[in-house]
Amino acid sequence: MHMTGITTGAVCVYPNRVAECKKALKELQATEIPIASVATGFPTGQVPLKTRIEEIELAVMDGASEIDIVINRQYALQGNWQGVYDEVQRMKVACGDAQMKTIIAAGDLGTMANVYKASMVCMMAGADFIKTSTGKESVNATLPIGLVMVRAIRKYHQMTGFKVGFKPAGGIRSAKDACTWMSLMKEELGDDWLNAQLFRIGASGLLTDIERQIFHHVTGRYAAGYEMPMS
Amino acid sequence: MPYGPAPEADNVVKAWINDHGGSFGHFINNEWIKPEGRKTYQTKNPSTGQVLATTIQGEETDVDQAVSASRKAYDSWSKTPGHIRARHLYSIARHIQKHMRLMSVVESMDNGKTFRESRDCDVPIVVRHFYHHAGWAQLMDTEMRGWKSIGVVGAIVPWNFPLMLLTWKLAPALAMGNTVVLKPATYTRLSALLLAEICAEAGLPPGVFNVVTGNGAMGSQLATHPDVDKVAFTGSTEVGQKLRRAVAGTGKKLSLELGGKSPVVVFESADLDSAVEGIVDAIWFNQGQVCSAGSKILVQEPVKDQLIMKLKDRLKHLRVGDSLDKTMDMAAIVDESQKKSIEEYVQHARGEGAEVYQATGCFPESGCFYPPTLITNVQTVSKVVREEIFGPVAVLLPFRTAKEAISLANNTNYGLAGSVWTENIGLALEVSLNIKAGTVWVNCHNLFDAAAGFGGYKESGYGRDGGKEGLFEYTRPSWEERLRPEVGEIDYKTFGSTVQQRPTMGNAPITEIPVDGIKMPGIDRTYKMYYGGAQKRPDAPYSRAIYGADGQVFGHVGEGNRKDVRNAVEVAHNAAPGWGKRAAHNRAQIVYYMAENLEIRRNEFAERICKLTGGKLGEGLEEVDLAIQRLFHWGAYCDKYGGTIQETTLYGATMKIHEPVGVIGMACPDEYPLLGFVSLFAPAVIRGNCVVIVPSEKHPLLALDLYQIFDTSDLPGGVVNILTGDRDHITKYLTEHQDIQSMWYFGSAEGSKFVEYTSAVNVKRTWVSYGYKRNWPDREEGQGEEFLYQSVQCKNIWVPMGDIFAN
Repeated sequence: MHMTGITTGAVCVYPNRVAECKKALKELQATEIPIASVATGFPTGQVPLKTRIEEIELAVMDGASEIDIVINRQYALQGNWQGVYDEVQRMKVACGDAQMKTIIAAGDLGTMANVYKASMVCMMAGADFIKTSTGKESVNATLPIGLVMVRAIRKYHQMTGFKVGFKPAGGIRSAKDACTWMSLMKEELGDDWLNAQLFRIGASGLLTDIERQIFHHVTGRYAAGYEMPMS
Repeated sequence: MPYGPAPEADNVVKAWINDHGGSFGHFINNEWIKPEGRKTYQTKNPSTGQVLATTIQGEETDVDQAVSASRKAYDSWSKTPGHIRARHLYSIARHIQKHMRLMSVVESMDNGKTFRESRDCDVPIVVRHFYHHAGWAQLMDTEMRGWKSIGVVGAIVPWNFPLMLLTWKLAPALAMGNTVVLKPATYTRLSALLLAEICAEAGLPPGVFNVVTGNGAMGSQLATHPDVDKVAFTGSTEVGQKLRRAVAGTGKKLSLELGGKSPVVVFESADLDSAVEGIVDAIWFNQGQVCSAGSKILVQEPVKDQLIMKLKDRLKHLRVGDSLDKTMDMAAIVDESQKKSIEEYVQHARGEGAEVYQATGCFPESGCFYPPTLITNVQTVSKVVREEIFGPVAVLLPFRTAKEAISLANNTNYGLAGSVWTENIGLALEVSLNIKAGTVWVNCHNLFDAAAGFGGYKESGYGRDGGKEGLFEYTRPSWEERLRPEVGEIDYKTFGSTVQQRPTMGNAPITEIPVDGIKMPGIDRTYKMYYGGAQKRPDAPYSRAIYGADGQVFGHVGEGNRKDVRNAVEVAHNAAPGWGKRAAHNRAQIVYYMAENLEIRRNEFAERICKLTGGKLGEGLEEVDLAIQRLFHWGAYCDKYGGTIQETTLYGATMKIHEPVGVIGMACPDEYPLLGFVSLFAPAVIRGNCVVIVPSEKHPLLALDLYQIFDTSDLPGGVVNILTGDRDHITKYLTEHQDIQSMWYFGSAEGSKFVEYTSAVNVKRTWVSYGYKRNWPDREEGQGEEFLYQSVQCKNIWVPMGDIFAN
């Protein structure tokens, strides 16, 4: 498998582990793998804006090249989209050269219309990626939510020419699920979105199942979970 | 990153065909029957052109054999308790589930549709239909009280959903205690034969369900077989019209589910991305070979360009290919001849200067395929806008206001279905109610379920498949026996065309009235016709003498002709929209008021009945009292038959609305001149219809006396219109009128045949007596549920939900 050049898209850690992660990747001679860090009071975002901004800056300083921020759900549910926009824009500035993924926490937003609005506001404020959820909400990456978000991406691309990435997170555990999400991307956004620059799946449990499916493809036998190294 | 192939295996289907030696006969009495010397037909896989199997072309004796098996089975099946029939239908559902994969693959191979659709749509709907109707068999005694089975049903179905559409006939027919002889379409016979085999495996008694294969002529033989009591047809309007004529006057029941040109109305308030996917379901589902295909896209101007852009973009990645490849969005057209017909339509549009857009993600090099097509820049007169193409071809026209959208949606001879796209629920419902079609989907298209009836308005036919409303197509009132009128050939051109040839100066005695001891001649009373809320002289002022029981002239009425029909239908249509929208409570008040006013004149009406019919005063009073009661009965139903919520599989609400039929022509019987008249107009009028009614030809005066009562009861002008004269003469012009939606005829067997035959041209509904004299005072015969059935048409509106998803 090493021949295929397939790697994980990024290693995602909390801010206080970024430095450590960077060291580990260096030791493993895998510095090409980007480090992503959740920031801004993940998962709730319930800390003052000043703190959230500082958290981003610290993570970037420690070596994170991707930052996953969470939007202000209170603003979103109150319809204060200007407020959401202003915050995300300041976070984008704080990210500097690091890529910014904005988590809209769809499961907290209540309606599909809010999911669409949050997606649009984040893209307008400079998001490089929009992401469904923190993984901590009661509803995470469902296909209907994903559909609404990728259609927002399509619309934004049509309006501005910018290609924004998409990351479904939470609940995607099987290779089959991953294929379904890939076909969603292919059908709604096209082949341009079928790469790590524009599409990520945030699901730590997925890797084992992909390995099991590859095992089956190679040997014709279904593998037991314990036969695969833990990820 | 391209899709790889994902083929579904065909080996089990091939083994099934091999088990039959690659050759199938009829399935009669749970046995394979292969008579000697029949021609054969080779059925092919449209995706590959490969021959699948050989089937036979049945002949009349084969039809006789199947019908007689069915007739024999009917004797016991119709007496089998509902619960036992329910067990049988349940067992069929179970057995189909056991063979689901086999059935889906057979269907895709024989028809050419994608396996994705046969697996996820056709066959699951079939299963659901049998389960649902197992329930109706169980509940027939309670839910269908007053109704009974009909007899042998001849079912004729098309090739676009071979298994699903036959099931829509078979399941309700069996549930209600009928037996069935089915003729599948020539292109697609295999799944019907497989189903018959599975039903036998499931334990269905011999003869209850039989399949005969053959050409169209054999279909006619089945339909006209004297022992077939009901013909259930799905297919083209042209063939439907032929069947209507073929069985006219025979006393057979008939239901027709015909073509369509269904509108997809997209408002600027729609979620356009969802609308695009809905349009894919509407017109590219099953290669557009769907009677309810949304083939006419109407889009509001502000979003027109955006929608066209999105649709074109969507087309670019629709994948067309082998029907057994599970990654395909579309597969094959059923036959080369169908493909050719589609090509001709599109070519015609090109010739008119329309813009034709065709693009796909992939397209096979060989096989019977046609690309999904969007035609823009077309006019309302274009052939592709008016006619059913029955292929993956949509036309798109713009509109500006909702009213314009409704006009464009209804500017068609068809009325099968439609869809409305907007996030504004108020607008969605209002437009849905205004589209004249049997099914309207809100923000979706082409959803089907056993619990909601499917069928059309106008030239899309009559009768419903599915739902409780569908059961009436397979039952008749318990009191009624099938009539088999012996009517010879009728000259349809001359029937009813002439009226009396002689002047009508009669021997009317001069009435004298004593005033202050001086005898004075009574004031002449002239009866006029009544339409548009006013008394009208006949267009050609001839009079018809009306005789009393004593043989003397009692009065004169106008002799109605085609111009009077024209005028009356015109005013009836002017009144219809307002009357239909009027609050039910208000309609009820008017009908009760009629009863109130009639009672004031109870003795006068009773005396007149006696003078005209020769009955005793008591009989006259009884008739008046029954008429009053009947007005109360129907007045009560004004606000109690509006429809129901259907328990479909939709997450949302499916609403069945009992809409008015429209303008109904009526010819009253001679007997019971008052009660017959009231019994017919009242149920129609309370359900929002307007009527043009010919009262008893012999005793029309009672109906004419009623118009004073109408006037004093606040009945709006144009709701009830009375034309006097020769029943068959006026009936002729009513039935030939293209804007009469239904014709009720209570006269001779010949007239009944004429009405049924003539109705075929615009596929209007009919209700005829075949010469039978109904016992009007009887509660069942005179005011049973069938009066409601005849007074409404069912529209199912599907409103999906799905906004709430968390927290």
